[in-house]
Amino acid sequence: MTPIRPRGTPPRPLTPKERERFDFAVIADWIPVGRHVLDLGCGDGRLLGYLSETRSITGYGVEIDHESVLRCIRNGIDVIQIDIEGGLSGFEDGSFSHAIISQALQAMHSTERILGEMLRVADEAIVSFPNFAYRVNRAAIAAGHMPVSEDLPYEWYDTPNVRFFTIVDFEALCAKLGIAIRERLAFDVYGQPVTDDPNLNGSLAFYRLGRP
Amino acid sequence: MSLDNHSVGIVAPRRFCCDAPIPLKGGGQLPSFELVFETYGTLNAARSNAVLVCHALSGSHHVAGVYADTPYSEGWWDNLVGPGKPLDTEKFFVVGVNNLGGCHGSTGPLSPNPETGRRYGADFPLITVEDWVLAQSRLADHLGIDTWAAVIGGSLGGMQAIAWSLRFPERIRHAIAIASAPNLSAQNIAFNEVARQAILSDPDFYGGHYASRGIVPTRGLRLARMIGHITYLSDDQMNEKFGRELRGGEPSFSYDIDFEIESYLRHQGDKFAGFFDANTYLLATKALDYFDPADACDGDLARALRPARASFLVVSFTTDWRFSPARSREIVFALTQNRRRVAYAEIDCAAGHDSFLLDDAHYHAVLRAYLENIKT
Repeated sequence: MTPIRPRGTPPRPLTPKERERFDFAVIADWIPVGRHVLDLGCGDGRLLGYLSETRSITGYGVEIDHESVLRCIRNGIDVIQIDIEGGLSGFEDGSFSHAIISQALQAMHSTERILGEMLRVADEAIVSFPNFAYRVNRAAIAAGHMPVSEDLPYEWYDTPNVRFFTIVDFEALCAKLGIAIRERLAFDVYGQPVTDDPNLNGSLAFYRLGRP
Repeated sequence: MSLDNHSVGIVAPRRFCCDAPIPLKGGGQLPSFELVFETYGTLNAARSNAVLVCHALSGSHHVAGVYADTPYSEGWWDNLVGPGKPLDTEKFFVVGVNNLGGCHGSTGPLSPNPETGRRYGADFPLITVEDWVLAQSRLADHLGIDTWAAVIGGSLGGMQAIAWSLRFPERIRHAIAIASAPNLSAQNIAFNEVARQAILSDPDFYGGHYASRGIVPTRGLRLARMIGHITYLSDDQMNEKFGRELRGGEPSFSYDIDFEIESYLRHQGDKFAGFFDANTYLLATKALDYFDPADACDGDLARALRPARASFLVVSFTTDWRFSPARSREIVFALTQNRRRVAYAEIDCAAGHDSFLLDDAHYHAVLRAYLENIKT
């Protein structure tokens, strides 16, 4: 993966724009050229646009929000406006190489169903989410507050997130559902990979999942 | 009469005469035919900016603009088509056509039958959506349009856009199907059958040969339109618009008009019976009933759509129960199975099936966004 900042630059948290590019780059790294992908909760379709430019992928975005759907269409993205919570029954088994859910799983209620559906319609699922147990978040809780951080940038009263979970929790759910974890990456807010105790030191987690 | 700056202004219909016979899906052929059409905007040198607008059950070639010295003569999709409007006539060359079998000037049941010299009436053959598309392709040939930048339509018009993508995959770059369906449900057909029976059982119908007697089966047409109108609106919107309002304030305890909704339906029925031909109505509802591209593929819509090469925009409306969003999603998922390019928007609009004719801001923004990205 291309480093976001040249070596030797003093560490500072990534700006939202850098963080987005970083997120995209991590995901793109896992997708071979020319694949057919499904992006769940695709927002304005920027990730698909990026993957199509850098990886020549084809595929669709799925989004429920009206304004995001409009922005997708403006961006020339093939967006399909359906509610993922209701499943992906319109899509055939194994019709995609990858199903992606980039920092959107925490905003969905039917977590188990969505993970199951992703691995039904695609050979591989790519999931990224903010780690609730990141040390900054823990410190906020210890100080008596709901965490607001780079990767969880919302106040408790206006957050779109409905599921708060950690790297450890997510892996336990994968084990329960019989989902194979093929690869995991965790990063801190500086965009640096974390290997030492990722559940404490990782702010953002990325998973490559498959059927065992 | 004042026109907004975004109107195409005063327009006039034109006539295309095709002397070559046209074979019909239901068997037989028409030895020749005529289509009335209108165009707005300018065909570019590359002939790559043409958009065909397909009308639904009761529409016509008069899509946009007004007729000289005729008040209230705006085209049926005037809110969409014009300079600076979502279907921008400064970019696109837009063609509206009255379909074969229509009653607005194209060859149809009111036209003289060359074999008898009398009006066709009931002898006019049944026409299918595919026949309409074939006739439209002859008009495209005539206008020098090899490939449509887009074919767009709502309801039955959307079915024509789909049929274009299958019959002439190389001649259509974008198909825009709004408030449409891959076929009619049993309930849809049932409503059509009630409407047809209203016409067929009108004593003034005379087996379809009313016109040669100078008579119109007005009662049947009125009823047909009334039942249609109920299905075009949503329950909520009808309640909001009319509720249980009484025209006279007090119930009359008679069969006269009491409720506002009764008044509205009668008005719509009268208006319709005043300009629409009963045989065309019968024929167009049958075209709807018979449309079913999946039928030739054992009901497998994905297999049926395999020949399509166009990119699709599919749009539905949440309150449309006549052609519900679920029906549009069938089209969408049949396309995704074929890995065709498709965008799908489900618009929150209260107006039911008729929403496709309205200028809901989000709906028009979606169409504008899609149309702006079409290369010409």
